[in-house]
Amino acid sequence: MNIETNFFKRLNDWVNGEADRLFPELHETDAPKPPEPVATIGPLPNKDVLFLTSYQAVALIVVIGMVSILLYTVYKLPLFGVADNPAVNEVVERYVEKGLEETGAVNVVAGMILDYRAFDTLGESSVLLLAITSVMMLLLKDEKNTDPDEELIEAHEAVIEDHNRDMILQTMTIILMPAIMLYGIYVILNGHLSPGGGFSGGAILGAGLILFASGFGHNRVKKFFNMKTFRTLTTIALLGYGVLKTYSFLLGANHLPTGIPLGTPGAIFSSGLIFVLDICVGLIVACTMYGFFSVFSRGEI
Amino acid sequence: MLPYYYNIPAVSILLCMISGISIPLLSSGRRAYRLTLFVSATVTLLSALLMYKVIPLNEYFTYMMGHFPAPWGNELSAGPLEAMMGFIFGLVMFLSLLGGSMTLFHDILPGKQKFYFTMMNMLMAALLAMTYTNDLFTGYVFIEISTIAACAIVVARDTPKTIGSTIRYLAISLLGSGLFLIGVVLLYCITGHLLMPNIQTQVLRLVSTGLYTVPLTVVAGLLFVGIAIKSALFPFGAWLPMAHGGATTTSSAVLSGLVLKGYIVMLIKIFYRVFTIDVIRDLNVTNIMFACGLAGMIYGSIEAFREEHIKRMLAHSSMAQIGYIFMGIGLDVNLGVAAAFLQIMVHAFVKPLLFLCAGRLSEVYDHEKSSYRLRGSAHKDWVAGIGFTIGAMSMVGIPLLGGFAAKFYLVTSAMMNPAKLWPALITLMISAVMNALYYMPEVIAIWTRCELCTPNPVESNLGFDLISAPLLASGVIFLGLNGYTMIQVIQRGLALL
Repeated sequence: MNIETNFFKRLNDWVNGEADRLFPELHETDAPKPPEPVATIGPLPNKDVLFLTSYQAVALIVVIGMVSILLYTVYKLPLFGVADNPAVNEVVERYVEKGLEETGAVNVVAGMILDYRAFDTLGESSVLLLAITSVMMLLLKDEKNTDPDEELIEAHEAVIEDHNRDMILQTMTIILMPAIMLYGIYVILNGHLSPGGGFSGGAILGAGLILFASGFGHNRVKKFFNMKTFRTLTTIALLGYGVLKTYSFLLGANHLPTGIPLGTPGAIFSSGLIFVLDICVGLIVACTMYGFFSVFSRGEI
Repeated sequence: MLPYYYNIPAVSILLCMISGISIPLLSSGRRAYRLTLFVSATVTLLSALLMYKVIPLNEYFTYMMGHFPAPWGNELSAGPLEAMMGFIFGLVMFLSLLGGSMTLFHDILPGKQKFYFTMMNMLMAALLAMTYTNDLFTGYVFIEISTIAACAIVVARDTPKTIGSTIRYLAISLLGSGLFLIGVVLLYCITGHLLMPNIQTQVLRLVSTGLYTVPLTVVAGLLFVGIAIKSALFPFGAWLPMAHGGATTTSSAVLSGLVLKGYIVMLIKIFYRVFTIDVIRDLNVTNIMFACGLAGMIYGSIEAFREEHIKRMLAHSSMAQIGYIFMGIGLDVNLGVAAAFLQIMVHAFVKPLLFLCAGRLSEVYDHEKSSYRLRGSAHKDWVAGIGFTIGAMSMVGIPLLGGFAAKFYLVTSAMMNPAKLWPALITLMISAVMNALYYMPEVIAIWTRCELCTPNPVESNLGFDLISAPLLASGVIFLGLNGYTMIQVIQRGLALL
């Protein structure tokens, strides 16, 4: 097969569809290809060595340049904590001075993220859902990413593992687990009263679940937390957040009262929606954390 | 009470988010697909209503998200431009889903289709929120959502190639969002605000007093580079061809047609509402955009010319088209930005049309992607053939089609800036010729009868044949015929930003 080198002849071949004469190797389809022979490891060709060296050199220059620009910029920024810092303005003033009165939350941060700027937080919680969904899209076991031999080996290993659990880990888990779970719930429920809230409390709960799974195996966790529980909890929590806040956004924007009482500041049932939203966020974070651990380690929940 | 249509931006965004969240509760991928179609159709209709209300009055309004006014609470803002973009995003999303549905259900495993539609809904929400937001941090949050969702819809096909290209896409895309976030944080440090109009007041004060010049310049650079990476401007666009070329047809159409545009619309909004376009020009950002745009036009065209894989060719051509958009913004005249906006709209119709048609044509020969081997495929699926031909002709810039109108106004605006006239004209000329050189042989090839080829029986897809392809093509023709009116509307819209 002779391959044309003349530009106009190649163009002519293209128009006439003489693909084989142009690029015999380029016949791409979705059909499965025969496996390529395993590449043997040898010295890189000179061209590649040159490319890699110059690539590293250029990357180094770009990184150093970027770091110096950013450092110089930070040096030129207004000083932190001084009175004429531009960030000390009416925005912060109202958050600090009127936050309690307007949101009912003793913890100003909770008031800011779950009431003043609740739309951003709805976005951030969705990011967690999206992250776990993409990981599940890729790693959940399906016909493409599993093969029977591997399954067999994994099942075998699981049996061995079940019979050889680490006693120290198990004992410590039994002692720590109730305290961790209780503390997580405490941090979530007190989100509007003290530092903490849904994000930190959820992370604690998730860590507790992961500890339990490492000590006693996934099958024990599956008895009370399986795919169905995971899906129901995350969906209902995020849906609850979305629906409640949609109600509050739309009424608020149209200057209508929502009819949600703020309660007595400092009481556990206070600060209106913030209390409920904290629980929603906590559930999402806990489920997502455990979800990542489980999907990455076993390809299922 | 507010006029009822003020609620449309917030309702559209929240509708997409809530449907995206609730999809895991549905029983099958098909149902999720129908829900997604319904949501995008609803968003289209709502945005059409918003357009009908705000364009004649030339009205611009802000919308408080919740009980607290900005700068304490979040805020959306909308006017003619935002409404038009919302309409195009909704419509093109609907048509891409409808037109690519068969390939989509073929490419993605049944167990994972629901996840895909969650991503599509969230992507739609993110695009709308990036367009409507009046708050820089909200913008960043939705950039994050669109990053994850965009990577996920590429990887949904789950082949070794798409996984590789997604990892690359994810890494580069995160670099972009990271730079954008650093920019937003630095800007907050020197202005004390996240709300666009308030930052603008502070920025103008800083410029007039000469305070914090270095951070301000760096911020403008960071925001620009962050978005340039995400919208694949040369030299930051190396991730695009593999990611867009390897994904399933609907994903490619949505990524090339909409996702890249969402970021650019947000950048234009930031330029006008945060920095003001004069400050941006003084900081020389537009000159860099102009240079990168020109280089991208040439580079994208050359790469597309060398490419044999039809979808990767279309993806390379997207890089060139993004170059046109940035060149328009970089021309330093207001008409240039309007022409860039027109180009955004035209490309939002043309590229999905081309991707969908190319997908259909390659089905004729058993998912064959090599350009050369598609010979005669248009005779087996003439709707896709005609659609591809119209799209290609618009890309080349044949009069009466959208691509011509956009290029015409780009040249007109180049005339207004003598300093940039010749580089712009020469590059436009080279790029247009290159476009013809890689699109026309393809068109000729698909219409040339092939006696020896063995086509598959084509399954008809009524959604594509009757709705997607005709509507996308008529969108291209509509923009081509009404270029002048569109430019007028866009210019009035830009003046309100």
